[in-house]
Amino acid sequence: MIDVLAGRLRAVLGAERVLSDRQQLRTYECDGLAHYKVIPALVAFPHTAEECAAVVRACVAANVPFVARGSGTGLSGGALPHADGVLVVTSQMREIRDVSPADERAVVEPGVINLHVTRAATPHGYYYAPDPSSQQICSIGGNVAENSGGAHCLKYGFTAHHVTGARVVTPDGDLVRLGGRAPDAPGYDLLGAFVGAEGTLGIAVEVTLKLVRLPESVRTLLAAFASTDQAGAAVSAIIAAGVVPAAVEMMDALAIEAAEAAVACGYPAGAGAVLIVELDGPAAEVSAQFDEVRTLCRDNGAFEIRVAADDAERALFWKGRKSAFAAVGRISSDYIVQDGVIPRTALPEVLRRIGTLAGDHGIRVANVFHAGDGNLHPLVLFDAEVPGEAERAEEVSGAIIDLCIEYGGSITGEHGVGMDKSRYMPRMFTADDLDTMQLVRCAFDPAGLSNPGKVFPTPRLCGEVPGRHRGAHPLQEAGIAEVF
Amino acid sequence: MGDLADLTRPAGDDDAVAGVPARLVAAPASTEEASAVLAAAAAAGLAVVVRGGGSKLDWGMPPERLDLILDTRRLAGVVEHAAGDLITVVRAGTPTDDLDLPGQQLALDRPVPGATVGGTVAVNTSGPRRVLYGTARDLLIGMTVVRPDGRVAHAGGKVVKNVAGYDLAKLFTGSYGTLGLITECAFRLHPRPAATAVVCAPAPDPAAAGRLAAAVRDAQVVPSAVEVDAPPGGPVEVAALVEGSVDGVAERAAVLHKVLGDQARDGVPEWWGTLPWRTGQVGIKLTAPLSRVPALLTEARATGAAVTVRGSAGAGVLYAGLPADPPGDVATVVERLRAAAVRAEGHVVVLTAPPAVRQLVDLWGPVGGLALMRRVKDQFDPEHRFAPGRFVGGI
Repeated sequence: MIDVLAGRLRAVLGAERVLSDRQQLRTYECDGLAHYKVIPALVAFPHTAEECAAVVRACVAANVPFVARGSGTGLSGGALPHADGVLVVTSQMREIRDVSPADERAVVEPGVINLHVTRAATPHGYYYAPDPSSQQICSIGGNVAENSGGAHCLKYGFTAHHVTGARVVTPDGDLVRLGGRAPDAPGYDLLGAFVGAEGTLGIAVEVTLKLVRLPESVRTLLAAFASTDQAGAAVSAIIAAGVVPAAVEMMDALAIEAAEAAVACGYPAGAGAVLIVELDGPAAEVSAQFDEVRTLCRDNGAFEIRVAADDAERALFWKGRKSAFAAVGRISSDYIVQDGVIPRTALPEVLRRIGTLAGDHGIRVANVFHAGDGNLHPLVLFDAEVPGEAERAEEVSGAIIDLCIEYGGSITGEHGVGMDKSRYMPRMFTADDLDTMQLVRCAFDPAGLSNPGKVFPTPRLCGEVPGRHRGAHPLQEAGIAEVF
Repeated sequence: MGDLADLTRPAGDDDAVAGVPARLVAAPASTEEASAVLAAAAAAGLAVVVRGGGSKLDWGMPPERLDLILDTRRLAGVVEHAAGDLITVVRAGTPTDDLDLPGQQLALDRPVPGATVGGTVAVNTSGPRRVLYGTARDLLIGMTVVRPDGRVAHAGGKVVKNVAGYDLAKLFTGSYGTLGLITECAFRLHPRPAATAVVCAPAPDPAAAGRLAAAVRDAQVVPSAVEVDAPPGGPVEVAALVEGSVDGVAERAAVLHKVLGDQARDGVPEWWGTLPWRTGQVGIKLTAPLSRVPALLTEARATGAAVTVRGSAGAGVLYAGLPADPPGDVATVVERLRAAAVRAEGHVVVLTAPPAVRQLVDLWGPVGGLALMRRVKDQFDPEHRFAPGRFVGGI
């Protein structure tokens, strides 16, 4: 069966762009969340939109599931392969088709690296705003699937706010354009539903992005506090003053320790928490607000404030923060990167409860977060060699997600649900909520072949082939059957 | 399930949608009540149109069938304003003018007077400041809806950063009430700026207006809005808005003066933020990539009709208004504008027009992804009871 499909795919792509050798397939067994591993049945490398559509059509004809993968940096297992399916790798589709400062748009293929869009736009005075920490390697196709964020989305929004159009291969294998270069295409905002659907509604093969004018001025400060409470109070004061910084990032003592060990970022000694605050915009606005932010940090207990004198120093401030995930490897053999969101004002309380949780379980938790929007990234540290520690770490990690839900937040702020968090979805959403979301899934992918098993804990049966009936089924109308 | 008679009242003479009379009106005061009404309506197979302030009720095609008007105006009020978290949760029937959020704002312009929050979202209307803040789709962080079958569903939440599950709020935004009833919306908020300034300048022709708008965008002043107004025959005017601190705004306004030239002046033009048509006229929405905005203005003039074009040169979203008579001439103008918009990779949608014009023109024009849209409609509203025929492709 799979051999027949492999033959069809080779006819479309050529033998060298279809992998079926188990050793070669193994390279693709996981994405950035490496503890989930599944070896796909086949891996295919389309180079064009038409090839990608042909691959999907072949999968549909064979009733074989497919999973799209970009650079494979995702942290929720969204691109985890299906054992009986085809992994469609878009990383070789990496042409930047157009950069138009006059339209404030770029048109790119899905395999284009996030940072490369900014590099292409900067000579024209523009950049691409969403900046996930992995921006040097993650692809736009993956960003679209996951609705990626980043440190600067506090002010500038997420991928969904910066995608105006996409050409997508639907789960039927059709090529469809959603949105475009102009805003507000008539009809339902299918693009809005597609971005962040984690590859369950199809595969983006071309993406039109919004470009943002480079700011006239960027200023960054690093403030050291004795405690996360003080740093949190400073953030509250900044927001209350009506300042919307480009980014507000916080790290606690353990995260700082890890970053120092890894990249020697030279943060102030003895800090219980550091804040990185970045302001950007017209020089006249930034300088006044920057003074205000500095005062507010000092008023809330900052014992040292450093101001980045130039881009090099700014990069050093950010180096500690952006390397934080990997850095904890220096102080712990194993760790779980968690991603949850709470209302920002609940930060001090939630951090105290995370501390209690960690203490009760005998597990260390380093905290790194986008403090401006309450997006926590607790790093749960453990040693897999110590019996029981991995399980206790998992418990703490799960309990942190429960805390996020308890405080009215979200189970994921930017990493996505993927494979990892689908089991938490029923804690955040009711059965009717999930059923309603899956109506969209049924409209796009009634056969459930596009990245099955992700996002939703249980698939919804989609019933009849859509579009071929009007009115409810008699059994449904009689209240006998919900779906059939 | 409640009895429809207990949940509704008979429709009055004013309870019609684009000339189509209704039989019943329900005005639930909570999501739960709305759910009961819609479950009863589903059991009875009623065709439903959702009505808020009624300010855009005649936008789109008239409903093919109509039994029940679901009036949202009792679903009103601010549920929550968490200033420290910069969010609010608002009931859909709240008039946008009633939103009082001390020190903060829902940065959503109101081009149509009398609109409710839900109506603004359902039709995705926007105004000048979309350049900086985006539209309802960008500001929404969560939504509660009642499906046509009466079931209540939530999507998103109350935090700005959240990627859990499908973003149904975006799907419902701009859906013209064809997927269900919106009962509550959660939005991200912005601080109210301490100061604002508008600088405007005349331009001899659309091309010159385009150059001024491009120069404003190039100047790094971060405008909240870049508007253009092109009345028939008269000079084109360009106006830009900056918002921020008192000193910062003064400096940025000075830059705008430099960019907009010797004839630039301070002050908000009287046309600012208003749609360029009156009741009984034809209202059109035109979109295009930014560099093609002048081409649309030029084409509007070239028709020789009394067309006023106005809107966001900074976002590529314009509105055109013209007299409805004679309908044949209107149809020609629409065709010419649509051809120009399509050449520019944009769209022309006729938002509102008298029946005589509607008979002659396709309101929506070409729609990408229509087959998928029909499938979405079939899933949410399999019996096609919600505003049947109002939306694209007869959805």
